[in-house]
Amino acid sequence: MTNHIKPAILMLLFFTVLTGVVYPLAVTLCAQIVFPNQANGSLLGSNEQPLGSELIGQAFNRPEYFWGRPSATSPVPYNGGASGGSNQGPTNPALIDAVQARIKALRDADPSHSEAVPVDLVTASASGLDPHISPAAASYQIGRVAKARHMSPDSVDELVERYTEPRQWGVLGEPRVNVLKLNLALDQRYE
Amino acid sequence: MTANGLSQITLYFVVLLLLAKPLGVYMAAVYENRPLLLKRILGPLEAGFYRLSGVNPEQEMGWKSYAAALLWFNLFGGLAVFALQMLQAHLPLNSQQMANVTIDSAFNTAVSFATNTNWQGYGGETTMSYLTQMLGLSVQNFVSAATGMAVLVAMIRGFQRAHADGIGNFWADLTRGTLYILLPLSLVLALVLTGQGVVQTFKPYQTIPLVEQVSTATETATQTLAVGPAASQIAIKQLGTNGGGFFNANSAHPFENPTPLSNFLEMLAILLIPAALCHTFGTMVGDPRQGWAILSAMTLVLVSLLFVTVGYEQGGNPALTALGVEQSVSVDQSGGNMEGKETRFGIVNSAIWATATTAASNGSVNSMHDSYTPLGGMIPMWLIQLGEVIFGGVGSGLYGMLIFVLIAVFVAGLMIGRTPEYLGKKIEAFEIKMAAIVILIPAFFILGGTSLAIMVEAGKSAVANPGAHGFSEILYAFSSAAGNNGSAFAGLSANSPFYNTALGITMLVGRYGIMIPVLAIAGSLAAKKTVPTTVGTLSTHTPLFVMLLIGTVVLVGALTFVPALALGPVVEHLVMNRAH
Repeated sequence: MTNHIKPAILMLLFFTVLTGVVYPLAVTLCAQIVFPNQANGSLLGSNEQPLGSELIGQAFNRPEYFWGRPSATSPVPYNGGASGGSNQGPTNPALIDAVQARIKALRDADPSHSEAVPVDLVTASASGLDPHISPAAASYQIGRVAKARHMSPDSVDELVERYTEPRQWGVLGEPRVNVLKLNLALDQRYE
Repeated sequence: MTANGLSQITLYFVVLLLLAKPLGVYMAAVYENRPLLLKRILGPLEAGFYRLSGVNPEQEMGWKSYAAALLWFNLFGGLAVFALQMLQAHLPLNSQQMANVTIDSAFNTAVSFATNTNWQGYGGETTMSYLTQMLGLSVQNFVSAATGMAVLVAMIRGFQRAHADGIGNFWADLTRGTLYILLPLSLVLALVLTGQGVVQTFKPYQTIPLVEQVSTATETATQTLAVGPAASQIAIKQLGTNGGGFFNANSAHPFENPTPLSNFLEMLAILLIPAALCHTFGTMVGDPRQGWAILSAMTLVLVSLLFVTVGYEQGGNPALTALGVEQSVSVDQSGGNMEGKETRFGIVNSAIWATATTAASNGSVNSMHDSYTPLGGMIPMWLIQLGEVIFGGVGSGLYGMLIFVLIAVFVAGLMIGRTPEYLGKKIEAFEIKMAAIVILIPAFFILGGTSLAIMVEAGKSAVANPGAHGFSEILYAFSSAAGNNGSAFAGLSANSPFYNTALGITMLVGRYGIMIPVLAIAGSLAAKKTVPTTVGTLSTHTPLFVMLLIGTVVLVGALTFVPALALGPVVEHLVMNRAH
């Protein structure tokens, strides 16, 4: 039975070199040549002055910006260095309180608006970094953003339409709006 | 259920079943050492591995020798992961200056990755250096998966052979599974994933000024973006039913799973090899119908349970409706219970993933199971408790299912009054004793571990959610460890000496406490003669047998775990609905 010790150690060594060094280096090399932007985090803007990652949401709280999903990362929301969800169960009073506070914040920012709030706008995402909201959650905020920016709701609506991504290949996933891109477009920093 | 939801589910299973057959036949060729195109390219490398390790790949091993080789190899693999974590602060490729991991967490993680569990008490981007992720975790992702597949192939040889002493050569099975199956598939998947936006870089984390500057702050408000060589690790963690995320949020993290297409491919990778192995089995025993029968049983159970989870998650949380939240599905939103789910995946893709990852012992997540509705989240937990045999881990799922096949054949044999046989092998007392051990071990550790945890303060104080849900968190943790799944009701603060140790031991027993009896069965079957099929032989490829097999799995799973599930998810479901 001890005759297996030597091959066990040597095999582990060879597999470590092959799958732990050669394989990730080969993937990195190919990825950096073929997909350099994606492999480095899909940054928007120039390399010297990046505006953020297309894939990672940022926190927005002011009325003139579209707000993203609530984020449960700590110590600050949308902490790109420590992802995670709230892990609150459906009957947890803390969840109910949090949702209530989020609804109140939305209503306070736009008192004229009293319709039911789209669920993704008041529930924390799984990663805490969700870059998207549903088209329903975007429409819900058009009035507030338009008022704060002194724009016509129609022109804001037009921008929302432009940044709404359909299901991939018409089938996969869900329709969604990239919040960071939309807000950058509102600031005319991104086309 | 919307028409689109139904088409996404249908598309998933159709593509899965279409790919399973060719891959399964290919894998049979790999393990039977038949000539292959890849072998011409990588053959010299394979031969080099054997020569340098002093191994003769033609040398047959008895089951005890096979088990010993496997255990030594896994022991050293675990020790390497442990050492890397304990020393990472002093090693290169640590751009974020990660500290050395604590001893209990390092033990837990080493066991977790060597046993193909990939339970994670730590957060990837805040704990592990790039070096530890690559040299430790990635390597075990490959070889622990190849180990599970090797044990399955050894068991299949037990059915193939007669009057034989050996069940194959562990080193040859390990090497071939890695070189010709896992490595090429991972390479292709990793590159496609980077194209979708999964990161693959050795650069340090990048800090970027935020678009919305907070007015009260004196300095620029910034966001740090954690990156790393993720795609290479994610490809194998999906394909090898490992499941350990590069980042804490696992495949919910946009850098780990950025688009609906990357999500589709990663979900496909969860079940691909487990499904294909059914065809490998059918091919190797010379009767493809036997593989189809098992694959049908697995698919039927998974699809039925998937619809339960989709239904409850789409139904949403009644407490939120009462607050004025719109949870109904429309063209503009997926609606439903979106706490802990990502917008791009919505309800349907979160539910497919949650059930697939727990049916297989993958354990990666694209949504937070802890935030599921009580019954929507009970299904993933129960899929683990069924013994990780509905697809299950690569190799381990099918050898677990074959144990249930033996039990089903045995029960049928009792009913019709004949000596049970399967594939020409008489199933006798020794096999049934070993099968009983395989079924009892996880049940004992899940229920025993949960009982222990709720009796001690260190166990109870770790729960994040009050009431019945807190109990569910503990029950899920021990189920996940014993089933070598690795997913969690992640609110549980499991990175403590108590849980790291208790779950570490549970993972070890849940892996090797099953592999060893399975190898013993393989050895016993290989030594037996093959009896000819007669008119009185129970056919094991018919719809009737598929139903008998499903009945056996579901009945054992229900009788063992319904009482515990009643205390957790069922109570919470009643509480949730009574209040509204």
